[in-house]
Order: sequence, then C-alpha cells, then structure tokens
Amino acid sequence: MTARSFRLPRIPVWIWYMLPGLLVYTAFMAVPLFKSLQLSLYTGSGFQIDTFVGFDNYRRLLTEGEVSQRFWGAFGHTWVFFAVHMIVQNSLGLLFALLLSSEAIKGRALYRTIIFIPATLAIVVTGFLWKLLLNPQWGAVNLMLEAVGLGAFAQPWLGIEGVSLVVISLVSSWQWVGIPTMIFLSALQAISGDLFEAADIDGASSWTTFSRIKLPLIWPMMGVVAILTFTNNFNAFDVVFAMAGANGPPNYSSDILGTYFYRVGIAGEHPVGIPDMGLGAAVASIIFVVLFVGVLVMRTVFQSDGTDD
Amino acid sequence: MAAVQVRGRRIGSHIILSVWSILVLIPLWIMVINSFKSKLAIYRSPFGLPDQWTLDGYLSVFSRSSFPRYFFNSIAITTISIAGIIILASLAAYAIARWKSRVSTAVFLFFLAGMMIPIRIGSINLLMILRNLGLLDQLIGLLPIYIAMGMPIGVFVLTEFMRTVPPELTQSAYIDGAGDFRIFWQIVLPLTRPAMATVAIFNLVVLWNDLWFPLIFIRSESQRTLMLGVTRLFGQYQTDWTLILSTLTVATVPIVLLYVLMAKQFIAGLTAGAVKG
Repeated sequence: MTARSFRLPRIPVWIWYMLPGLLVYTAFMAVPLFKSLQLSLYTGSGFQIDTFVGFDNYRRLLTEGEVSQRFWGAFGHTWVFFAVHMIVQNSLGLLFALLLSSEAIKGRALYRTIIFIPATLAIVVTGFLWKLLLNPQWGAVNLMLEAVGLGAFAQPWLGIEGVSLVVISLVSSWQWVGIPTMIFLSALQAISGDLFEAADIDGASSWTTFSRIKLPLIWPMMGVVAILTFTNNFNAFDVVFAMAGANGPPNYSSDILGTYFYRVGIAGEHPVGIPDMGLGAAVASIIFVVLFVGVLVMRTVFQSDGTDD
Repeated sequence: MAAVQVRGRRIGSHIILSVWSILVLIPLWIMVINSFKSKLAIYRSPFGLPDQWTLDGYLSVFSRSSFPRYFFNSIAITTISIAGIIILASLAAYAIARWKSRVSTAVFLFFLAGMMIPIRIGSINLLMILRNLGLLDQLIGLLPIYIAMGMPIGVFVLTEFMRTVPPELTQSAYIDGAGDFRIFWQIVLPLTRPAMATVAIFNLVVLWNDLWFPLIFIRSESQRTLMLGVTRLFGQYQTDWTLILSTLTVATVPIVLLYVLMAKQFIAGLTAGAVKG
C-alpha cells in the first residue's frame, strides 16, 4: 500500500482557529470542574487526596455533627441571601427601569449612570466601605439616623444574629441593582410605541398598560434576571468575606456556602486550620448541583408561563 | 386633570430616582471626602468638606506599603489577560461564525455552558493544577485561569457579532485570492471592534475586581494584586481611617473614572452576558 492510496481525513482548517481557546478553556475550566466533582469522592491530607471514600464526604456534610450543622446553616443562609436579592434588588431594578423608560423624565441618562456606578466597584471595596459606614463607633449610618431623630434605631448592624446577614444582602443589592435595571430597561425600550398608543386610545389605565403590555413582554427578561441573580448569589463570597469575615459572624449567622467552601476546602476550618479538600470539593459539587437544577427549573418556569395563550 | 396626574407622576418618579441616587452617592462621597481628612476630623465631622485638606493617607498608601507594586501587578495581569481573551476568543469566534457544521455548533455550546457555571467551583482542582505546574503563589498563574474565565463571554459576544458581518465582504476578498486568515485579520477583525470593546470592558471589571483567585493562590507580597492588597491593608490598619479610605479610593477611582467617561459602553458590556444569554 502506498502513501498515495491511504488518505488521512482532512482536518478542516477551522479547527486550528478554535484550538488555542479550546485548550485553555478545557484545561483550566472544564477539566477542573469535572475533577472537582470527582475529588468529592476522595479524602486525604493536604494535596494528597487519593483515598476513595464513595459518598462519605456527602454523608458527613449532610448528617455528621458540627460539619453538617455548619453546612446546613450556610445552605439556609444562602437562600436568605438570594431571596433578599430577588425581592429587594430585582423589584427596585424593575421599578427604576419603569421610571427610566418614560421619556418624559428629564435627566434619565444621569440617573442611569448613577444607578449603575456601584456595579463597577469591586465587591471587596463595597463591602469594606459599608462596613465602615455601619461601624457602631463612627459609622455614618448611625450618625445619620441620629441626625434625623431616629437615633433610637442605631444598631451595631453587623453584630446582631439574623440582622447581619440581611444587612449584608442589602448592601450587595445596593451594589448590583444597576444590572436588572439595565436589563429591564432595554427590554422595555424594545417594546413598540404603537402598543402604548393603542392602549392610550383605548383608555387603558397605567396599571392595565403595565400588567397587560409591559409585564408579559418583559417576562422572559425576568427569567434572565432571576437566573442571573441565582447563579451570582449561590456563588457569592466576597461581600460576606469583606463585611463579616470568612467565619460569617456573629456565631456563623452570616455564613454562606461560598464562605463555608472557602473555610473547609481552602483555608481550613477553625481551630484546626488544615483544609479538607475532599470535603471542600463535596461542598463545591453541591453548589454545582443546586445551580444546575435551579437554572433548569427557572428556565421552564419562565419559558412556559411567558404568554397567556 | 390628566395633565395634572401626569405631572404628579413625573414628580414622584424624580423623587424616587433622586433618593436612590443620593443613596448611591453618599457612601462614595464619604469615602472620598474623608480620605482627605485627619483621623480626628473624620470623627468630628464625617460628612462635610475638610477644614484642612491632608494627603497623609495617600502618601502613606504609596510609601509605607507595597501598594504601587499591587497596583502594577493588577494592571499587568488584567491587561495581559484581556489581550489573551480577545485574541483566543476572536479566533474561535471567527471559526464558529464561518464554519457551518455540527462540530462548530458543539464547540459553541461547550463555550456557552461556561457562562452559567462559576469557575470557582473548580477551585480545589485548580489549586492542584497550579501547584503541579509550579505556578502557585505566582501572579502569572492567574493568567490561564483568567483567560479560561473570559472565553465564554468572549466567544459568545464575538460570534454573535461576526455573524452580522455581511458575507459579500468576505466573498469578494476570496475572489481576490485572500486566504482565510487574511480575511480574518484585515476585514473581519477591524469590523469587530465594538464587540471587542464590550468583551474588554466586561473582563476589565471582572478581573480588576477579582479577589477570589488571588486570595486562594497568592501569598507573597510581591505577587499580590490590588484587591488582595486592599484586604490585607484593611486587616492591618483597621483603625487608621484616613489610610483605609485613601486605599479604597485609590482602588476604586481608575474603574469608576473610566466608567463615567464611557458609561454607555460599560453598561452594554456588563449586561452583555445577560441580555441574550
């Protein structure tokens, strides 16, 4: 057989264009992700994670003493953290978008620019800044409350169990509200003006216009915003780390999955201080599964209910 | 009657939007204005302009600490990563946009999957990979991770954009005998500039502000990024308000300034991943 009759299948030239990006993306994103799922079935010490233990890490997380107490605490807090964003951040975003979409409002560009500023700040900077503002000794927040005669409401905001997590979530909502605002705004601006004119002629009230025209048309965008909020918050870490610290004080009440993952898998849980990477990988895998299932559920909800017919 | 109602609603809108704007600006005002005051003055009058302007905070940020080093590190890793993302993503996007086949669709979807999945989940294994490569505690170790992180949004935005390049443009170049790469380099890339700006801005904000990866990979003073430096300084000088506020201001100003100058592009860039995904 000569070389002539034996023809290699020709590799399309396009492969070479894709290859460099694919390699980096695969090696440093896809593989680590997959390997981390796999590592959750192993245990060991330090970087030597090679003893197969099946689902033992998961058993520990879900049922074993203090480990599971911390895990379920963080799990629950993450939902609270997410819920505050869904309710406060996204409602404000929708409200701002509705107000800004009206052409009669002067200074729209200025408002828009201001609302979006915090989204360009580093999360750590936002966190530290608000930590200073909420500080009970100097904190501007308490001073302002006093200035307007509400001094009785002054609190050590980040020192009270149950309050601190909500305050941190509100600060994070303050930072990110610009994103849903802009997404809703671009959806609203894409709605044809004819529709509003027709509604106007028919004498529709502004509530009718909102609920019958705007809401159905921006419903798919609500799905986008909900999914975005969900993925960002189940993955959050920086804001709690900056405002409260890696332990989610007081008494772990602001501990979320991100900080728990950091402590268990990377920094080492107090007082031992040695990371348990297998256990950490199990936490990461649970975050992954929750994200995956959550996104699927939200997609179906926002796709199927989008229209009346 | 109706006119009165409309006017009333307009005033209501202004009130809501102004109150929120004030809520956004006050913290930033307090941060910037107090960074020019002495520690005592911050306590005495936290809201007003300083009686005596001082640059002490800034001077000690830049002399006492390794801040200039952190600053330089952040600029270096951010720009090199963005350049890498744009080069690799535009090559891939060009192939995906031009090559109609099942393979290219699969590659496209493979990249898109990364938009939904936070790369942090893979951190444990990334730690091991960097350790095996001897890149732990090295600034350069962040580079491949940052490029991988930026690929999904880069490929997505650039592919969508390149699909809008009219085929007549590339076809006539073909007839003139230009190769695929020349068409890419001389015709498609220059047309793609707006999309590249979107990708660059998105990644600029994400990478400049990233704390997670420097925090878990980097220990040495000389390798720290700005955000990691901010975290450490905050721990070290908890009570030196002037210094802390100057630090936060310095870390924030470059991006916010850019944002104010190019608000439109920033908003487009930062919502790009969401709007079509």
